[in-house]
Amino acid sequence: MAILLIAPCARAGAPDPDHVELLVATAASLTDAFRDIEKAFEDAHPGIDVVLNLGGSSLLREQILARAPVDAFAPADVAIMEEVRAAGLVSGTARVFARNTMAIAVPAGNPGGVTGLDDLARPELLVGLCAETVPCGRFTRQVLLMAGVAAQPDTEEPNVRALLTKIEQGELDTGIVYATDVRVANGVAAIPIPEEYNVTTDYPIAIMSATSHPEAAAAFVTYVLSDEGRTVLDRHGFHLP
Amino acid sequence: MTEYHEDSIRNPSRRSGGRSRTVRRPRRPPAFIAIPAAIGLALFALPVLGLLGRAPWRRLATLLGSDLAQEALRLSAISSVGAAIISLLLGVPVAWMLCRYDFPGRSLVRGLVLLPMVLPPVVGGAALLFALGRRGLVGSPLYEATGLVLPFSTGGVILAGVFVAMPLMVLTVEGGLRSLDHRFERAAETLGAGRWTVLRRVTIPMIAPSIVAGIALTWSRALGEFGATLTFAGNLQGRTQTLPLAVFVALESDRDTALALSLVMVIVSLAVLVALRDRWWRSR
Repeated sequence: MAILLIAPCARAGAPDPDHVELLVATAASLTDAFRDIEKAFEDAHPGIDVVLNLGGSSLLREQILARAPVDAFAPADVAIMEEVRAAGLVSGTARVFARNTMAIAVPAGNPGGVTGLDDLARPELLVGLCAETVPCGRFTRQVLLMAGVAAQPDTEEPNVRALLTKIEQGELDTGIVYATDVRVANGVAAIPIPEEYNVTTDYPIAIMSATSHPEAAAAFVTYVLSDEGRTVLDRHGFHLP
Repeated sequence: MTEYHEDSIRNPSRRSGGRSRTVRRPRRPPAFIAIPAAIGLALFALPVLGLLGRAPWRRLATLLGSDLAQEALRLSAISSVGAAIISLLLGVPVAWMLCRYDFPGRSLVRGLVLLPMVLPPVVGGAALLFALGRRGLVGSPLYEATGLVLPFSTGGVILAGVFVAMPLMVLTVEGGLRSLDHRFERAAETLGAGRWTVLRRVTIPMIAPSIVAGIALTWSRALGEFGATLTFAGNLQGRTQTLPLAVFVALESDRDTALALSLVMVIVSLAVLVALRDRWWRSR
């Protein structure tokens, strides 16, 4: 009986050769740039529907390691891609398509009077950092270590956009995010981190070996690496390799 | 022994109207009930079995002894009990109002009370932030006047727990009050008992099963709360990182600790719910 019930559904879910749905696991910090790339790519490839799965890179990694049907992966950290590659889940090679740096973010008007990294150690301020498990958190701790600042966080957010939202709302006085994030948020100002303490981060992209649409996935990856893709990334403030 | 109907969650204290009606249970269910029921049960049981199968049983003690686990356990114990107590103190009067008094907009209020049950907890957390955050509707004047900041504090964790869990208390107690036979209260009144005595000696003892069920449900819901907590209270070890948050963070870095903590939550919640069902929902 159960089989009879399931059978018609299975047929309805059979792949339609004219329409491909491409699942791209995308780092939270790429949200806005990849939404633009998605639109432009879909205009150029009418048969392909790109679906972005946005989240903290380490959460996306766990999903891929648990064999989620992901077609392409763009995390915020080469180390994360390397773990997926080591598990044999990368098809071909991963290529770096964008770079980023870190910045101190404060809400409009800078109510905490933040001027630099040292302020992250002030106990009276509400300070947010990315959790150490996500790339943003790892890079943040590298910056703090180099600057010799013992930050006093009041929260460790699971991805950079969650942190950014709380700074934007003024619930936090300051936090460290990607330089590109500050540009997209309304009501957030950036305080630059001195170059000697800052890090440059690499965003790799690769086709996943689990993909059932290798050609469409390859077309998407090629598009991200192309001049069109680079223009979008540049507009969103990413550095280009 | 007399058996009563299995009561719904809404009416844990309703019994078969005082008559001792025996429900005879047939030995074997027909296939059209048994098969979907088996599939339904498998849906509940399989994830638990999956967790039990992957749990690091040998290292359990070591894993649960880590700072992350210990602080999460402590914080979850405090915040879930706190949320249950506040839900009791506020939820019972809300249920009372809804059940016993007629006032304009009562259906709207009832909908409002139940809203947190169907709302995604993340939305609830964001709503709490807009209301009680440092820049929120009420939170902003509160902060100006007292310097009190609820987000990113253990108080905020408890508040998020109350928000998502209190509807269960209201629902359960309201059901208990609704099915209460008013004649007992009337009888007490005619015998000269004052309002307070009736409440203390008649009403509360009679709805006690609902209240206990409400406490247990509220407590276990608060224990498992994740989305509203993360959104409203943030995530900091020792201050706001409860068991579910610790599991979420550890899943990405230390899977065995995440599994050990998950196991604790499954066992504790299951024990409470099983005890609750046997004690209060079948044959008191």
